[in-house]
Amino acid sequence: MNNSDQRLRVAVHKFSSCDGCQLAFLNLGEDLLTLSQRLNIVFFAEAGMMDEQSDVDIAFIEGSISTAKDAQRIRNIREHSRTLVTIGACATAGGLQALRNLANARDWVQAIYTHPEHIDTLDTVSPIAEHVKVDFELWGCPINKRQLMTLINNVALGAFPFAETDKLCMQCKRQQLPCVMVTKGEPCMGPLTRTGCGALCPAFGRDCYGCYGPAENINTESLAQRFSGIGLLPEQISQRFLSIYSHDKNLADSGLQWKKKS
Amino acid sequence: MNDSRSISIHVPVLARVEGEGALDLIIENDLIKELKLRIFEPPRLFEKFLEEREPDQVIDMVARICGICPVAYQMTAVHAIESLFKVEVTPWIRNMRRVFYCGEWLQSHALHIHLLAAPDFLGFNSVTEMAADYASEVRRGLRLQTLGNDLIALFGARSVHPVGACTGGFYHAPSNEQVKAIVTRLQQARSDANDLLHWTAAMPLPDDSQDFVSVALQHDIEYPMNEGRIISSNGLNIGADEFNAHFREMQIPHSTALYSLLHDQPYLVGPLARINLNTDRLPEDLHKLLDQYDIHFPSQNMFHSMIARAIEIRLVIDEAIRLLSDYQYTEQTAVNWTPTAGTAYAATEAPRGLLWHRYEMNASGLVEQAQIVPPTSQNQARIEEDIKLSLQNLGLNQSEDAIRLRAETVIRNYDPCISCATHFLKLSVTRN
Repeated sequence: MNNSDQRLRVAVHKFSSCDGCQLAFLNLGEDLLTLSQRLNIVFFAEAGMMDEQSDVDIAFIEGSISTAKDAQRIRNIREHSRTLVTIGACATAGGLQALRNLANARDWVQAIYTHPEHIDTLDTVSPIAEHVKVDFELWGCPINKRQLMTLINNVALGAFPFAETDKLCMQCKRQQLPCVMVTKGEPCMGPLTRTGCGALCPAFGRDCYGCYGPAENINTESLAQRFSGIGLLPEQISQRFLSIYSHDKNLADSGLQWKKKS
Repeated sequence: MNDSRSISIHVPVLARVEGEGALDLIIENDLIKELKLRIFEPPRLFEKFLEEREPDQVIDMVARICGICPVAYQMTAVHAIESLFKVEVTPWIRNMRRVFYCGEWLQSHALHIHLLAAPDFLGFNSVTEMAADYASEVRRGLRLQTLGNDLIALFGARSVHPVGACTGGFYHAPSNEQVKAIVTRLQQARSDANDLLHWTAAMPLPDDSQDFVSVALQHDIEYPMNEGRIISSNGLNIGADEFNAHFREMQIPHSTALYSLLHDQPYLVGPLARINLNTDRLPEDLHKLLDQYDIHFPSQNMFHSMIARAIEIRLVIDEAIRLLSDYQYTEQTAVNWTPTAGTAYAATEAPRGLLWHRYEMNASGLVEQAQIVPPTSQNQARIEEDIKLSLQNLGLNQSEDAIRLRAETVIRNYDPCISCATHFLKLSVTRN
């Protein structure tokens, strides 16, 4: 290690994901060049930095764990990382692919692949925190560059940012957006969903579908009843809860309960 | 040279591709004995999640197959579903969908040229290294990428997993002022795009002409994007609903992505295939620009893919300007629809090639079964074939480093999106 280089040493690792959260780095535009001067990015395969084994100050993790090999790889990364930060729904909460935990994944593999014996997969998809200690989580599907830059700037000063756990409804009020559930009867997931996105969907006049994950102290049953009141069938309520964050216990419990009613 | 020399190279991660995979290469007596592009990204089983979902949920979910080309997934799904439901969209919706898609081609191509591919040809490991010697070129590329992202966000609120598209159209229309501002930026970007084309045309690309079949969409008059028939350089001309009769998806042990073959043969999809089959759909002034260079399309040199991307960047900038020049804000951003039972099909041109979707839908408009064939699984067999031919052309007696770099360069040239196809490239070469 070059001791004269005082910059934060950073790695970006990918597990099972769509790649969209890494794009919070790669879509920075000309700021990417400034960032690459301010940080010492040692591993980031998609960007071409390939030192996977040396110690880092921050390891950013995208994606969830679904193979035995990946479960080993994340343990190895943890050993080499002073802090470990998950980026996005997959790493933080399992992501959309965790839907298979509610079904029999083996059956699904058999339905898609003619030779399922060649497919290496664990029975469940799991978030990073079920395997190693996570120091900070960035929620979102995908995360955005504002979250990422706030995190990096804070860690550079030796602190983590304030974790956003408010409900999206608070953000809508702050932006003075008309409530899409009250004014249009849209089945908005805002009352269960954490802030951070900037209320993009309500600003476009549509319902939030919960891509920033569950907020703190959520009341899933109350919202489910409200959805039922505006005319959603039990199956539709279940589908809204069992989506990107189906690995969250509250959402899964309610979602499965409403599925039974359908 | 000693024929019995045995060399083994092991690269744990192939750099600068989207996703994770591996390449196994065995060379014996200067002959390739075995070559496997191994894709072992854990399967995400997307086709199963889509079952029992409503059309608008499908549009939000399929975006998550790929962070780099979510618009392609959303547009293919929406076109498939609307064609089954016999939805007739307004000219405004049709045009704005094309602009939305132009944004994705612009950002994805600019990202690929500057961050993933060009460092190979100019001798760097990364764009940040390259920026030390090519500062203005890299900044120009990043500006174009940002413009593409902003164009997507104009209709989608964000460029990754945008939230603006729905069955029947869009949830929201941008204001006249927002559109005016982006048109000004697009006009300014034309000279950046011309300079980029000039730069890629002068790049030291290997001359590696090969015999391959190109497959792309073709539209009556437009350069293909959202619509058209599936055609090939060897005479195929079919509708999206006939795909399964000509293309066959098969599983091979070394890949979690299914291989797709046309009449049991490898084929190429992507920007070079598109230009090869649609040269006459390029606007006149682009032909004039191209006349300056000694590069002719159709081209069988796979490395001309980078130039094809630069041409398409210029094309989509002009296309977006044309479609937005007399833009009028409207409240009528979507048309009504009613579900019909049946099979929905569509093919569109994702930045990295043909993307095909099929959905069995029930009378309530819910998906009963889904089949998605992404561009990278279609290119998989062609990439293997290309590596073989390209390494033979390079000379198998070359140094390990040279062989490894060429193999990686070939792979990156396809802009493979392994998350789409299902992840991670490792290369190990064994020579006996």
